[in-house]
Amino acid sequence: MVNPVLFWIIAAITVIPSLALLFARKTVYIAMSIVLVMVGLAAAYVTLGAPFLGVVQIVVYTGAVMMLFVFVLMLVGVDQREDLRETIRNQRWIGLVTALGLGAFLVSIVTRVSIPVAEEGVSGEPDVIAFMLFERYVLVMEVLGFLLITAAVGALVLTHVPRLKPRRTQLEVQRDRVRVGADPVNKPMPGVYARHNALDVPALDPEGKPIEASISRVLEMRDQTQEGESFRATLDDPTRPDSSYRDSTSKEDGR
Amino acid sequence: MDPINFVILAAILFAIGAAAVLLRRNAIVAFMGVELMLNASNLALVAFSRIHGEIDGQVMAFFVMVVAAAEVVVGLAIIIAVFRARQTISLDEPAELKG
Repeated sequence: MVNPVLFWIIAAITVIPSLALLFARKTVYIAMSIVLVMVGLAAAYVTLGAPFLGVVQIVVYTGAVMMLFVFVLMLVGVDQREDLRETIRNQRWIGLVTALGLGAFLVSIVTRVSIPVAEEGVSGEPDVIAFMLFERYVLVMEVLGFLLITAAVGALVLTHVPRLKPRRTQLEVQRDRVRVGADPVNKPMPGVYARHNALDVPALDPEGKPIEASISRVLEMRDQTQEGESFRATLDDPTRPDSSYRDSTSKEDGR
Repeated sequence: MDPINFVILAAILFAIGAAAVLLRRNAIVAFMGVELMLNASNLALVAFSRIHGEIDGQVMAFFVMVVAAAEVVVGLAIIIAVFRARQTISLDEPAELKG
């Protein structure tokens, strides 16, 4: 029999974080919640007499699968916004009612049946599982081996990008840049004249004006940039020691 | 406490995963919903293995884990391929195919 306290703890750390799938906005938070769910499920397996599966659950799910998810999140960018337009009308309510109905249906059926519980618990120790896997289920094991190889090759094929055009040399890249009139050199690094957190301060060009393009796009997306009013004020301040030079430049662009 | 309670827990988790697949538009979140559904079925298998006192349920759960791992690899590769082609991972973008 199962310890009720343990059961309720497992129920809490599986159901509550999994609700993040429905309500959380940021995908990374959802991934971390699902990691917690996986750990809770591992605890459930150990409770139910399957220690090997519990360890495999932690290694495979929290260690490999969820980290793969976070890795893909890094590749596609965490700033992917979810659009909330409905392609099918009332899709949200239909989906919610369907899922709730499915849950109520399953729970009502499971609570109605009564199965006599075996007196002696099972032993899910690795040696027992191993004998089972390589005796009765050895064919399934081999088929799963094929499946894993196929999946690995499939992932390679799907993510491989064939080179359609010959590789562009540095010289060609540079010529194209000059032809379209873009800045022929690299973007300047931000924060050359660091005042506080240097990455959010634009670099200054030779005339002393800030170069907006030197600030990372990511900082702008997260609203972590400075407005620049305070910097303009110090730049335009006539009492600064080098203000004569500043005055001539700031008059030119009409500030 | 009866191990059948774990089957009820599995049913609730399965419903939450299904709701995530039906409601969310982000492909990665929907995919995590699929993972949660697979894990819920695993929990039910292990609970039934305990109820019947047989080890077979645990072996089945192990096989489900292997298949889920293969599925994750291919699914995430498809998400990356779609993202490369369309710069989005929204599940509603392919609706443009309607014309």
